[in-house]
Amino acid sequence: MATTTNAPVLGQHRTIWDGGTEPLKASYGKLMMWFFLLSDTFSFAGLLITYGMIRYSHSSFGEYLAATGKPETTPFSFSIDYWPVPEQVFDAIPFFEVHLPLVFVGIMTFILIVSSVTMVLAVEAGHRMDKADVQKWMLWTILGGMAFLGCQAWEWSHFIHGKGAIGTLMPDGNLFLGANLVQNQYGPPLFADLFFFITGFHGTHVTSGVILNMLIFYNTTMGVYERTGHYEMVEKIGLYWHFVDLVWVFVFTFFYLI
Amino acid sequence: MAAHAENLSPEEAKAKNVRKILTVTAILAGITGVEFLLAFTMPAGTGRNIIFLILTIAKAFYIVADFMHLRHEVKSLIMALLLPTAFIVWLVVALIKEGGAMYIGRF
Repeated sequence: MATTTNAPVLGQHRTIWDGGTEPLKASYGKLMMWFFLLSDTFSFAGLLITYGMIRYSHSSFGEYLAATGKPETTPFSFSIDYWPVPEQVFDAIPFFEVHLPLVFVGIMTFILIVSSVTMVLAVEAGHRMDKADVQKWMLWTILGGMAFLGCQAWEWSHFIHGKGAIGTLMPDGNLFLGANLVQNQYGPPLFADLFFFITGFHGTHVTSGVILNMLIFYNTTMGVYERTGHYEMVEKIGLYWHFVDLVWVFVFTFFYLI
Repeated sequence: MAAHAENLSPEEAKAKNVRKILTVTAILAGITGVEFLLAFTMPAGTGRNIIFLILTIAKAFYIVADFMHLRHEVKSLIMALLLPTAFIVWLVVALIKEGGAMYIGRF
């Protein structure tokens, strides 16, 4: 967008061989952000596809029933013999002891999408050089990111402490409640490992996104971008923030829905 | 943005952009709502998974095209970012097949 904003572009008066041209008609910073995001896409794709491969290499509940000759109507219970049904694992919400499958993760998805929207609005305000509006929308975006992280902390804590009172039978003959990297009550050990790795890697991205958003908010408040003459930094961090939202869309589908 | 090219006043440009952003938001919320509905009403299986996959890619399209403005970049940049994702498609096919082979080997 740098070429169409009214704001002066860095390097505008340089010669061709001195960085005076913009390859692909995008500024250096935005191009580099795009290519970083492309490489990050590969990281997340690697993790999610690994999840798919490992899940396919385990029995599903239906396959387990068929293999052991149990009737199809057998109610689902946790066992290390088959991969758990996600909506049976993620059915809790804070403060209430009820079975509400996927509701909490739905709220988290909603929070992250909304914070992505407020980020677009901040970028839009930046195009108009409207400092007050950029500040307002950046604050909402930071708040959304923090709310998401809080939800994830609760979800992790609940996952680690376990649900129910009895636990699941482990290969060593003991009952185990909750989850860690070695064993978990929900299913095969790799289920919890992948949960921690994938949502953890995404949560780390959200954390750094929130920190970057705070820096942008600080710089905006101090008038740095007003002096520079453009709010392109908001756009660049915005790209990162939308990417984090994008990754969650995929995590939501592949980890929770399917 | 297109708003500058059309010589709109700042207020008009803002109204136009915000309307566009809210439209995309409504689409994303709508698709997520449909996903939720299907998660509870449709029996799990390959058919439902394919629908989820299509809806997810639709959401990704709207986020990348409109929120990240990729729609408004030059075609060579769009291609430079989209073509490498073909490797991901290959990895999906390769590792899902591998996972199936591991399952057969185990059980």
